[in-house]
Amino acid sequence: MRRWLPSPLLSASLLVMWLLLNQSMAPGHWLLGAVLGIVAPLLARPLQPHGHARIHRPLALFRLLWFSAIEIVRSCFNVSQIILLRRSADVNSQFIRVPLDLRSPHGLALLSCLINSTPGTVWVEIIPDSHELLLHVFDLHDEAWWVDTIKTRYEQPIIEVFEGPGTDATGERT
Amino acid sequence: MSALESLPWWAAIVTAFLLVLGGLITVLGTLGLARLQSFYQRIHGPAITITLGAGCILLASMLYFTVTQARLVIHELLISVFVLMTAPVVAMLIMRAGVYRDMRASRDEHDGDDVNSP
Repeated sequence: MRRWLPSPLLSASLLVMWLLLNQSMAPGHWLLGAVLGIVAPLLARPLQPHGHARIHRPLALFRLLWFSAIEIVRSCFNVSQIILLRRSADVNSQFIRVPLDLRSPHGLALLSCLINSTPGTVWVEIIPDSHELLLHVFDLHDEAWWVDTIKTRYEQPIIEVFEGPGTDATGERT
Repeated sequence: MSALESLPWWAAIVTAFLLVLGGLITVLGTLGLARLQSFYQRIHGPAITITLGAGCILLASMLYFTVTQARLVIHELLISVFVLMTAPVVAMLIMRAGVYRDMRASRDEHDGDDVNSP
């Protein structure tokens, strides 16, 4: 089972993607989608040096995605307001540093996608020595608020999702 | 035209509203590109286009085709998933290219003392 279906969630998503693409629930498409779901992860496995992501708490993941969706809509309106009403020189664009405890590569990938999808923030890089995230904020009011939001609203749930309750807050794998 | 005529009024209103809103947001995103002064500010403009702008237009498409064809048409979800998975990567690459270019330029000019990037 593990050998042929290393990641059941990934296979199921591929099957759903196939059915959606073809807009059909015919048995033939179920079969083709199932073949895709089994073969594609096996073929792609050498491309993933960290292995397949294991999601420990799907519910926490959905809560995180829901929160980010609300955050994206909110910051969309903030950014549009700034573009429309403020002069470019008045906008306080700054780089900030956020110390990260998250170590899981899949978790970091998800965090970067969420941060970059939210208008007004762009992820620049992780500074290798101190493991700090360098972030560019479009209109900075309060640096401490940003650091706090990213650490409690994004990073903590992602650690829960990918590293599970068995690991401590520093992200060291046991 | 027959598909348009069979559209009930409530669906027409919601679809039109979503399309206009999505279009306005997309225009705003490009306006940001034109109005903002520095590179690091301009990169934030298109972000609203790819999230809320594309989202509104795709929602309108889902609603319109679901109502006119009297079946569930939701394969637009795939477009939003792929856009949300690829656009952040592009933004990150462009941002890093910009930061490294600035770092190198300032190092070439006066050996350190970088103003723009930490």
